[in-house]
Amino acid sequence: MSAGERTALAHAPVVHASLSSRIGMTFWTVLVATLIAVPYWGDRQMMRLLTEVYSFVALASLWNFLAGYAGLVSVGQQSFVGLGGYTLYLCALWAGLNPMVGLPLAGVLGGLVAVPIVLLLLNLRGAYFTIGSWVVAEVFLQIFQLVPAVGGGSGISLPATVVQSVARSRGARESLIYWVFLALAVAVIGVIVLLLRTRYGLALQAIRDNETAAKANGIDVNRTRMIVFVVSGAATAMIGSFVFLQKLSITPFSAFSINDWTVNMIFITVIGGIGRVEGPIVGTVVFFVLREFLADLASTYLIILGVVAIAVMLKAPKGIWGYVADRFGWQLFPLSRRLVRPPAKDRADRAVRVPTPAA
Amino acid sequence: MALLEVDGLTAFYGDFQALYGVSLSVDAGQAVAVIGANGAGKSTLLKSIVGMIRAAPGMIRFDGEPIGGGRPPKIVARGVTMVPEGRRLFSSLTVEENLQVGGQLGRPGPWSLARVFELFPALAERRKERSTSLSGGQQQMVAIGRALMSNPRLLLCDEISLGLAPIVVRDIYQRLPAIVAEGTAVVVVEQDVMQALSASSYLYCLQEGRVLLEGAARKLDREAIKAAYFGV
Amino acid sequence: MVAFVHVIVQGVLLGGLYALFAGGLSLIFGVMRLVNIAHGDLIVVAAYFAYFTMQALGVGPFTSLLFVVPASALLGYALQRSLLNFALGDELPPLLVTFGLSVIIQNVLLILFTHDNRRLYAGPIEMASWKFTPDLAVGVLPVIQFVVALAIIGGLQLLFYRTKLGRAFRATSDDPAIAQLMGIENRHIFALAMALSLSVVAVAGVFIAIRTTFNPFYGPQLLIFGFEAVIMGGLGSLWGTLAGGVLLGLAQALGGQINVGLPFTAGHVVFLLLLIVRPQGLFPKVST
Repeated sequence: MSAGERTALAHAPVVHASLSSRIGMTFWTVLVATLIAVPYWGDRQMMRLLTEVYSFVALASLWNFLAGYAGLVSVGQQSFVGLGGYTLYLCALWAGLNPMVGLPLAGVLGGLVAVPIVLLLLNLRGAYFTIGSWVVAEVFLQIFQLVPAVGGGSGISLPATVVQSVARSRGARESLIYWVFLALAVAVIGVIVLLLRTRYGLALQAIRDNETAAKANGIDVNRTRMIVFVVSGAATAMIGSFVFLQKLSITPFSAFSINDWTVNMIFITVIGGIGRVEGPIVGTVVFFVLREFLADLASTYLIILGVVAIAVMLKAPKGIWGYVADRFGWQLFPLSRRLVRPPAKDRADRAVRVPTPAA
Repeated sequence: MALLEVDGLTAFYGDFQALYGVSLSVDAGQAVAVIGANGAGKSTLLKSIVGMIRAAPGMIRFDGEPIGGGRPPKIVARGVTMVPEGRRLFSSLTVEENLQVGGQLGRPGPWSLARVFELFPALAERRKERSTSLSGGQQQMVAIGRALMSNPRLLLCDEISLGLAPIVVRDIYQRLPAIVAEGTAVVVVEQDVMQALSASSYLYCLQEGRVLLEGAARKLDREAIKAAYFGV
Repeated sequence: MVAFVHVIVQGVLLGGLYALFAGGLSLIFGVMRLVNIAHGDLIVVAAYFAYFTMQALGVGPFTSLLFVVPASALLGYALQRSLLNFALGDELPPLLVTFGLSVIIQNVLLILFTHDNRRLYAGPIEMASWKFTPDLAVGVLPVIQFVVALAIIGGLQLLFYRTKLGRAFRATSDDPAIAQLMGIENRHIFALAMALSLSVVAVAGVFIAIRTTFNPFYGPQLLIFGFEAVIMGGLGSLWGTLAGGVLLGLAQALGGQINVGLPFTAGHVVFLLLLIVRPQGLFPKVST
């Protein structure tokens, strides 16, 4: 390879799209457009269900980002869900702030609180990090139970005035909340995809694959993980805030219970496919389909999910999507990386031809 | 009938083929050397015999019984064991404990803690020390002693000279005859050709997963060995 | 003053139990690098087993141990051989498989035994106490539990450092591949370690079920206590684990004195503080 070609390659563009991802993006665009229109033709029940789907997709995607990309398996994300909920409630009750303002505030607070938490927890490795994250959630649970100012053990009910400040009519409210959740889900996935396309995202995957090698290549592993944790915490808090807006009341147990949030996040991601953006989406679909068939058997449902998750982890650790994607080489988001060789006319020494041997 | 018969052994690491039909045999009480350059497949051969790498059942026979594909603990119970490459002592155990673990199976035979300390007196003084605090040569002695504690009928030694000073290597190799004398057949895998020749009666030379040369140690021509070793 | 001493004593005695939870957890981690998220739930399983043994045979909790301990050992062996041996290795599978197991166990217990709180009744001994001074009385039961805990930890120490099996455990922990060359079958050793771990925590589980009520969802609480004790004590050392357990017990006892709702929170706070100040724990062994 000549010097000219080498220089040209160093500046060669990295292409992220592929045929599969173009089809995927078209699909997503059409899908989102359809979903945006649902309040105009769908019924209330459908909107509620879809809202729940969006919240799970978003929460699971964030958990996947933490565990599947940054390698941080947290079973304490419910800390942020509850924190977001309480932030929204208290901002409304104490400062009369509209929930639409409470939403981003919850994100800010979630991010701020995440900083000391992650600094503390990064002292712990692997499984100990995991349990440590659980301890943190327990601490939140117990603090909120003990402090009367935030409602204590019986929690807080959202006053009607606050609910109505979102939008006056019930229909308008439901539509608005629906769109917010859809926007949150799209934003979460969008941000994750964009982040993964950058060098930063490459660093993440390097850390996930081989931490020591990543460090040797100059990647600041701890700082990268911190950033992921904080972003994840902030976003989770935002989702949590509106989840509790919908629920109309919040208690420490409903806010910080591992069973209501984290268990689902984990099962969805594991079954759908950990370490891929499409995974949590596929997992959420499976989750809800299963729930339709096993609707009334709450405990049995969890047992079945648990068994499926274990089976997936042992036999097909890449999850449903991971298996399918590897088999067929599909990718629904533009996340591949290919160097494109610059076209011939840019290569200065094309003019020099290799002499052909005399016949 | 030979004690160990390897017949057309193939071995893979994933998609990479490391051995292409290697055959060798070892008689009871014999010392055999396997030499070859790095990557020739010597370690792979030993690991396959002792079960750490899967082999097809018929390819390896010990005492007439097929052992290919068996799990290492079962194969060690039959009387085949290995001194692994790089010593691989148990770092949290003392010298004495390392030796005792070697005798875990309690196979009957001439080797015991006392006998091993007789063979390697330097170890007796250090029996209560952590194995990691010993010199390289002493660690190698512990590794050999540990393997002997299972009273093997066949002892496989994987590059015991690696990383050791020549004088230390000679010292260790001088004990080999005592081991063979107690009735243990030995297979020595070495990059150090001279040492291998001095310790054994029969030699195999591997190159890129194949046996390129074999013969009685004393009868082999030096030039032929060199050629086979380097694949010239 | 006397009340203070009383609280200290309570805390230390409770710490013995926590040390047992921690011991079981750290034993497993030491031998096979597995942190079992379902650890606490398996303790609760032992408590339920004790409950029903007591009902079926009309015996007290201490007698029930004669059945519960072997049953737990068997459960541990079977669980390891059939499931957990396949989950060992990289970061994610062990965590996620044992997490799934935890959820499954909790919900199976819920279906079988409902959400009702239960307790094991030990009879008059629960109220018995020794009076050291007219003001200072120490419960007989806590002392017995602490002594048993000490004995078990001492026993584990002996097992690991003076027996053939202990050598096998330590060798496998150092280098599982080469341990095989010693005739040690990894699958079997790991299962033995799990059986041992569950036997130890079964005792602690029965003891704590005499002190407080339990239900299907009590497991995580116990896991967290064990985990906090392990981290505070320092990884790799059994006596360190005892120290960690005692520290946790003390923190909880003192917290409970300040406010009746505070004991667990106090424990968590002390744990988090120690994590900031001395992340390697009180008595870490230099581990490989």
